[in-house]
Amino acid sequence: MHNILEAHTISKKFGEFTALNQVSIEVPKGSIFGLLGPNGAGKTTLIRIINQITMPDSGHVILDGEPLKNHHIKDIGYLPEERGLYKSMKVGEQALYLAQLKGLSKAEAKKRLHYWFDRLEIGDWWNKKIQELSKGMAQKIQFVVTVLHEPKLLIFDEPFSGFDPINANLIKDEILRLRDNGSTVIFSTHRMESVEELCDHIALINKSNKILDGKLTEVKRQFKSNAYEIGVKTANIKALHQDLTDKFEVSPAQFKTIDEQLKLNVKLGRNDNSNDLLRYLTTQGEVSHFVELLPSTNDIFIKAIQNNS
Amino acid sequence: MNHLPLIIKREYLTKVKNKAFIVMTIISPIVLIALIATVAYLSQISSNKVRTIAILDESGLIKNAFKDTETTKYKFLTNIDLEAAKVLVKAQGEYGLLHIEKSIDVNYLENHVKFYSEDSPSLSVVSGLESKVEKSLTDVKLVQVGVDLDKIESAKIDVSIIQENFSGEKTSKVESIIKLAFGGAAGYLLFMFIIIYGNMIMRSVIEEKTSRVIEVIISSVKPMQLMLGKIIGTSLAGITQIIIWIILGGVLTALVGFVFGIDMNQTPQQQVIQQSIFDQQLNGQIETVFAGFYHLPLTNLIIAFVLFFIAGYLLYSSMYAAIGAAVDNETDTQQFVFPILMPLVLSVYIGFFTVIEDPHGTVSTIFSFIPLTSPVVMLMRIPFGVPIWQQLLSLLLLIGSFLLTVWFAAKIYRVGILMYGKKPTYKELIKWIKY
Repeated sequence: MHNILEAHTISKKFGEFTALNQVSIEVPKGSIFGLLGPNGAGKTTLIRIINQITMPDSGHVILDGEPLKNHHIKDIGYLPEERGLYKSMKVGEQALYLAQLKGLSKAEAKKRLHYWFDRLEIGDWWNKKIQELSKGMAQKIQFVVTVLHEPKLLIFDEPFSGFDPINANLIKDEILRLRDNGSTVIFSTHRMESVEELCDHIALINKSNKILDGKLTEVKRQFKSNAYEIGVKTANIKALHQDLTDKFEVSPAQFKTIDEQLKLNVKLGRNDNSNDLLRYLTTQGEVSHFVELLPSTNDIFIKAIQNNS
Repeated sequence: MNHLPLIIKREYLTKVKNKAFIVMTIISPIVLIALIATVAYLSQISSNKVRTIAILDESGLIKNAFKDTETTKYKFLTNIDLEAAKVLVKAQGEYGLLHIEKSIDVNYLENHVKFYSEDSPSLSVVSGLESKVEKSLTDVKLVQVGVDLDKIESAKIDVSIIQENFSGEKTSKVESIIKLAFGGAAGYLLFMFIIIYGNMIMRSVIEEKTSRVIEVIISSVKPMQLMLGKIIGTSLAGITQIIIWIILGGVLTALVGFVFGIDMNQTPQQQVIQQSIFDQQLNGQIETVFAGFYHLPLTNLIIAFVLFFIAGYLLYSSMYAAIGAAVDNETDTQQFVFPILMPLVLSVYIGFFTVIEDPHGTVSTIFSFIPLTSPVVMLMRIPFGVPIWQQLLSLLLLIGSFLLTVWFAAKIYRVGILMYGKKPTYKELIKWIKY
């Protein structure tokens, strides 16, 4: 697959402080790419370098096959975490101005704005000032302004902050639709459940270094612990519990059942086979539950950071 | 992509459409004119009031000294004694009574002239009376010691020095005043412009930071372009404001004058000034005034004004923009604004004290080369004739340091607009330049 964005060995220092150290990422075209990391890891610096707000000390960025140049500004839509709009400017005027800065003609910008405003049902805000709107309303405007010029690459830094669940869903659907229409999305957030839901690629940055990247499914495979959640209806719960405790690493599991039964998380050893376990369990009683435990993005995040430090 | 025109347009329109700006633009000349009109009107009323001063001259020495004017009438009382005169004057509600005792000894009279009034008389009235009595009594004394008054009159000499420079052009006192007015106005205008609109630029940068819109903007445009757009847009708004003030001021002055019949140019103060100019024997020298204008290096003045004004203004306003970028809110600006105000204030002081005293002296010359003070000081010097090479050198230095400052300011601006939280120190600002 063709990469829309490649950052090669990017380093950036602010005085003595190293913000990025030889970080490389590859963002496949048409993907939703999760850029993750704890606070202060260097995500924002990397995003600013991609947006040509900050210049890297070394390394280079390739956008859609070309070295990053000034004219690529119109190919990128950026919703920063520290965002806002001119408080005393009217919504319409402001959106037009920002769209024109991204290279749209006034007429074209107006046409597209009306389309988007109708779509999100915010048409009657056109002549309101930003200071008259609520935070969520302003966020909607901000989202429209970010995507209006239909860029190849969209960068969202915490796009859902400030939205209620309904509007967050609305924006999520819009992001997915944009991806389906051919845009690529870089998505930076601390909400792991939305990474789980949306991203197909991730990169994890910690303390200025990239410590992990790849397809989300690959990463999960890498981090899976060969553990299973089991439920067995048996006459002698105690004996089976003892038996399994002797053979494997086990911990109590929580899930809902009607009958009383043994519920455990069983972690298999490196050479164990899940079929063997299942076979054994069926001899002990009626198996009601047998699920492979996949690591959540949250687990991966915490584990990777802990391993790194 | 060049977004400069777009940014300038936005900055300009936001400033011009701002309510506070509109109110300031329209209200200030109205308030100012109303104030002047009120003062002029009131002083006209008071000066229109005719006061009558009664004079009881028992010595008979000062008859000819008092001539009625528009505002003061003199009434000589005869055949009446002092006490009766006092009662009479008070009963008739007149301003006061001047009493000269019956004596022919001028030296005695010197200290025995009295003025009676209900309220204590104004200083100008007393000194007016004093000078008149003095003149009469001096004349009397001169005659007493045998001097012919006519001879004195004809012997009086009035000297008016004709000034001419070495290349033979005539100059005059009037011309010096005109030069001073030109230079002073130019320098002061620049000073005010920098302070008012420099601050406006600074506030506009801070606004972008506090509203957090800045990162969205600079993902589309270069910070340098944004900074220049801001400076130019705000300056155009400033020029618009000043033009409106001039037009509105002119119209209002004419209107007020027409409606209320007040001749603004004839307030008592101005009459006094005009009077004193006449006293200096400058009367009938209107052509000198025109010659004064004519002798001003007008072409030079206009070109230099435009160049020094623009370069000086840009120099200072880029510093204001950098300060705005460095801080988070207006209260933090003090510490940084102070050091750039210092040279500005200094240049105005030098302009109004040193340049007036000695336009081509060492101090004036040196400060008209130092970039931070040169715009104001040089603008004030130029009407007095500054060699072209000096102007060029000064301008070159100014433009050079302007470019350097813009470069530094842009660096601070670029880093500062993305920094939130604590107020930076000077050390940190220097570090930013290296980023």
